[in-house]
Amino acid sequence: MDRLALDVAHLFAGGLVLVSFMLLYQDRMFGLLNMFALHAFVVSLSVAWQAHIQLAPHLYITAGIALIVKAIIIPVALHRIIVRLGIHRTIETVGGIGQTMLAGIGLVALSIMVMLPITAQSGTLTREDLAFSLAVILLGLLMMISRRNAVSQIIGFMSIENGLILAATAARGMPLVVEISVAFSIIIALIVVGIFLFRIRERFDSVDVHALEQFRGGQP
Amino acid sequence: MNELGPMLVMAILAVPICSAALLVLFRDDRVTGWLNAAASFLTFLASTSLFFVRPDLEPYLTVDDVNVVFILLNTFVAFTTSVFSASYIAHELDTGRLTPAYLRFYHAMYQVLMFAMNLALLANNVGLMWVAIELATLTTVLMVGLYRTPAALEAAWKYFILGSVGIALALFGTILVYLAASSVVGEGLDAMAWNVLVKRAPAFDPHLLNLAFVFLLLGYGTKVGLVPLHAWLPDAHAEGPTPISAVLSGLLLNVALFAVLRFKMIMSANPGALAPGPLMVTLGLVSVLFASFMLYRRHDIKRMFAYSSIEHMGIITFAFGMGGPLANFAGLLHMTFHSLTKSAIFFSVGHIAQIKGTQKMSEIRGLTISHPVLGWGLVLGVMTIVGLPPMGIFMTEFLIITSTFARQPVLAVALGLGLLVALGALLLRLNGLAFRDPDGKEAPAQASFIPMFAHLALVLAAGIYLPPALVSWFQHVAGLLG
Repeated sequence: MDRLALDVAHLFAGGLVLVSFMLLYQDRMFGLLNMFALHAFVVSLSVAWQAHIQLAPHLYITAGIALIVKAIIIPVALHRIIVRLGIHRTIETVGGIGQTMLAGIGLVALSIMVMLPITAQSGTLTREDLAFSLAVILLGLLMMISRRNAVSQIIGFMSIENGLILAATAARGMPLVVEISVAFSIIIALIVVGIFLFRIRERFDSVDVHALEQFRGGQP
Repeated sequence: MNELGPMLVMAILAVPICSAALLVLFRDDRVTGWLNAAASFLTFLASTSLFFVRPDLEPYLTVDDVNVVFILLNTFVAFTTSVFSASYIAHELDTGRLTPAYLRFYHAMYQVLMFAMNLALLANNVGLMWVAIELATLTTVLMVGLYRTPAALEAAWKYFILGSVGIALALFGTILVYLAASSVVGEGLDAMAWNVLVKRAPAFDPHLLNLAFVFLLLGYGTKVGLVPLHAWLPDAHAEGPTPISAVLSGLLLNVALFAVLRFKMIMSANPGALAPGPLMVTLGLVSVLFASFMLYRRHDIKRMFAYSSIEHMGIITFAFGMGGPLANFAGLLHMTFHSLTKSAIFFSVGHIAQIKGTQKMSEIRGLTISHPVLGWGLVLGVMTIVGLPPMGIFMTEFLIITSTFARQPVLAVALGLGLLVALGALLLRLNGLAFRDPDGKEAPAQASFIPMFAHLALVLAAGIYLPPALVSWFQHVAGLLG
């Protein structure tokens, strides 16, 4: 049972890193959204499994929030916003997909090399999950800087958050995990409402954040 | 008194959150500004009780010598800013920049922000502190975008994205600290309780702490506005309502710095861990030098003082990074004076921008002639912030430089260069703003000058004479910071 518990936890954590990579090479808005829904689904599976093997029923709440809010509500809402604002075009990237993927592989190697030696005292499950979650966080950051589009930046941020939830559940017995995941859901809900209310497209004629640059202050 | 103590501390949190709910319901826009001020005053009164009682509120909250300084400063500046805000915001309503609905929202958010900042300062649990700082970030994002102009929306968006990434990094650092602690003190609440962490820190795994501190410094450092993580700060200051610029500069940056300091104390309690000082000194010095040179290229008055805030947060981080009783003492005092002075400057700048109808410095001239009280207030504020004697900031900058010179002369020279460059830039701009022939609109100022001059008078008085009780108190806190 112990061995199986570990293997399944690994499968989910490793799967999350894999989906993070798949997020990196999406070049269509809807493809990106579907992939993010998958990302959130994998994270909720992973958290639910941790709740099961750690005998920590409160983590089921976190898993439920991840599933309902991030795998269903947010993608559907973003989908409708994208259709309403008419921005379902291809996504402009900074640098080619190839280079981004190479950088991503480097980041995963980096996070494993950083995390494994320093967590030598912790349990195997914690060590590997932390290494994977750092990889997911760094890949999310890479996605935020390699995309100019506001929606893909938000999806990058939400994937960072999924990595953090993975890390928080991997740290055995950490208090306040549920509260933190609720706090994060509030941020995300706010961002999505923000895009819609601020109507970045109406104001700037594009959700390309490059268009925002012209309002930068400093001109005399 | 022992029974009353916990209630008074709870009032520091309860008054803001309850009045936020009240202010949403209250519809009379002339009164809400003053209700906001009254609520802030009550919070300040409640916080003064911390002088006399230290109730036991663990495990979630704590009152110790370090956070009392921050809480008193926080509630005091929050109160004076709310007085300024009442007259400022009435004018915004008259000119139609804000509608009554937005005004209700603004006042409610102001109190939610106060609640979040006080909670972050009082929190004993590092996770709770994180949630509170996140809440403070969210409320300020909403306030920065309040005017809904394209520029304000851009500033809010930028602040939001950078602030969220910073907050995410800080959470990862917090999880690592929990992991380091849980193998020593056991799983559960104790491994996140601040007082337990400091006591047991010598036994923690130093490697985990090192990595955690890097994440925490970068994460909370984004909120402090340290270069190169500062990009959100000038925009957020320039585009939001001026009372919010004052609160951001004077208070929120301090709260983020307070979080960094708490983790620094854990780091320095562990003998095997990386020394946190050099990292903080480097970030602080880079911020001072970068911001002081950038001051020359500013054209927007609020943006210029935002860069000056980056410079001063750099000085304070530098001082705390140097460590030791003297540098910590100077850092704490400098933080106090900076909060008071910078918010006073924003009070005067807010009224100036309202009268002139612009924030462009090229269109603001001769203020001492057209609006003597406001103009001389600005002159006094700038003289204070650049660190001319006999103001308090001169004393603290002098202390920081001399104490650094005794240990690392090269660093002291670099810091001194930054201060001089900033002094040149601000005085150059001040000359145009305050002295030449008056220009632009000359409507009389409908302003409340009391908060501005009260702050400046405090800084002046402290520069001339610091009461021994205050000195020994700050020295005690400085000793605790390590």
